[in-house]
Amino acid sequence: MTRKLYIVPIAHPRQENLELLRRTLSEIFTIPAEFLSLKLNIDSVYNIRRNQYHATEILAMLLRKMPADADRIIGVTNLDLYIPILTFVFGEAQLKGRAAVVSCFRLRNEFYGLPANNDLLAERFAKEAVHELGHTFGLIHCENPTCVMHASTYAEEIDLKNYQFCPNCRAVVNSKIR
Amino acid sequence: MNTSEIGILIVDDESSVRDSLYKWFLEDGYRVDTAADAKEALQKLQKQTWDIILLDIKMPGMSGLELQERIREIDPGIVIIIITAYASVDTAVTALKAGAFDYVTKPFDPDELEHLIRNAAEKRQLTRENLQLKEKIIQLNPEETIIAESPQMKHILELVDTVAQTDSTVLIHGESGTGKEVIARAIHNKSKRRLFPMIAVNCGAFPETLLESELFGHEKGAFTGAQYRRKGKIELADGGTLFLDEIGDISPKTQLDLLRVLETHQFNRLGGNQLVQSDFRLICATNKNLEEEVRKGNFREDLFYRINVFFILIPPLRERKEDIPALVHFFIRKYARTMNKPIYDISPEAMALMKNYTWPGNVRELENAIERAMVIGKPPMIHSKDLPFAQTSTAAVSQPESDSLEAIEKAHISAVLTRTHWNIKRSAEILNIDRVTLYNKIKKYNLQRP
Repeated sequence: MTRKLYIVPIAHPRQENLELLRRTLSEIFTIPAEFLSLKLNIDSVYNIRRNQYHATEILAMLLRKMPADADRIIGVTNLDLYIPILTFVFGEAQLKGRAAVVSCFRLRNEFYGLPANNDLLAERFAKEAVHELGHTFGLIHCENPTCVMHASTYAEEIDLKNYQFCPNCRAVVNSKIR
Repeated sequence: MNTSEIGILIVDDESSVRDSLYKWFLEDGYRVDTAADAKEALQKLQKQTWDIILLDIKMPGMSGLELQERIREIDPGIVIIIITAYASVDTAVTALKAGAFDYVTKPFDPDELEHLIRNAAEKRQLTRENLQLKEKIIQLNPEETIIAESPQMKHILELVDTVAQTDSTVLIHGESGTGKEVIARAIHNKSKRRLFPMIAVNCGAFPETLLESELFGHEKGAFTGAQYRRKGKIELADGGTLFLDEIGDISPKTQLDLLRVLETHQFNRLGGNQLVQSDFRLICATNKNLEEEVRKGNFREDLFYRINVFFILIPPLRERKEDIPALVHFFIRKYARTMNKPIYDISPEAMALMKNYTWPGNVRELENAIERAMVIGKPPMIHSKDLPFAQTSTAAVSQPESDSLEAIEKAHISAVLTRTHWNIKRSAEILNIDRVTLYNKIKKYNLQRP
């Protein structure tokens, strides 16, 4: 049975905008990537004081509902994500695990008062999804500024790197792809 | 920066804070661990070395500030970052005064946290490198061995220990070869300036103008041949020690210039207008009686009082014969090692000769005698025939045959002649008699040139 990479849209209204992300993940990880619709009680992880959603709790939900044929699962959302100690996160993943979640909330130009740019948003979203899934393969942040595993703490930093892993990170992923 | 070499310990009573920070740093590749309270943190500090500690200021039991103090006692080099739920200027000031690297309020901005940790890691690495370099410097400047069996030398070592802790100027007096520079280096190596250089200048080795250039440096074009700006020894000694050997030999003009520098620690390079500052500790040495030189008008009185703050007199070797056996064995071991020659001892007869000899050249002469004996001697030990002065039978002649005045005079003249290698003019000067009288005495006592 071919194992799959499931992409779970969470409160993401337009699935057609996620096609670049799906194709990118499928090509980079050489695993068939498919959309999966799951009913998640997302309100339970909402923090009213912060007006944000707890990324770690979403990861736990995805793991609980992971299909049997899933190699990896990634939640994609336009909700604003957080972990308790940080003001926000672009995404979160299980290091050496199987689940990740990534948000486009702070990847949009509009968030920073700039004109909307859907192509740029799709690129940033795809890169961050590859980045978070890279952690599930045991990759830590890479010093190479063009490698997709380079840490990005603001949106423009994502634009400086590309979709691809550097040769060292690629070798780690290749050794773990079944 | 290799993040896997940096250890971060997160100390917070909230598990959600510990867990999220733990995962965050793990993704950056750091070695990470967590502790829920001060007790657990101290246990983990005992088991492993940590570079950065993120410390919650409010915890049940021992507070973050108290724990911070304990951590500084265990390892003052650990970089501590205080974290708290709400900004409080008072607590921040207290933490920073107690040596915390920085202070952050929960929740953190991811970018701010990343920069903070990178800066903290860099600080830790620099501190560690700094310590390693200091250790290397100490290894490159091993402490000189000073043989001190005699009460006089033991007392000198006590003086060295005392004065090393201060910045006082030291004047060392001793005959040539007694080890004035060795004592100066011992003071420097025991002082807080030991990680900076000790710059030695033999003032007697330079003519006046060259000595000035050597001490003060010069600007380009200051004199014919000054093609480049050159730093002087005083400038090079910045932070360390300036050792001026044979200070009694410097000219009146250089004495005046030196006096000005000692008063202000500022000077101009030759041909320059810009004032140069140098923070140095001065140690001077001389084999002359400087008080006598002051009386004669050869040495400035004000300079004498400025350099004669702490006086150390190194007695000649002939006045501390208890040191001779230890010195002999020390130099035998030294040259056996450097020459790779299995000579490890000296015969009792040869040692008796060494003890009876007057050593006009002091420790330096003794070291040379041992070095020579090690070259010509045969293993396993040095014998009388290997010693340079043994062949002249000086030692025997130097000892008076009886206590009569004539016997003592004969032994004394013989010793002086040996010391000067039968230089009649020099011997007559030392004995304070004219040469004709000396020739008559040599004839009278039937003294033979070797």
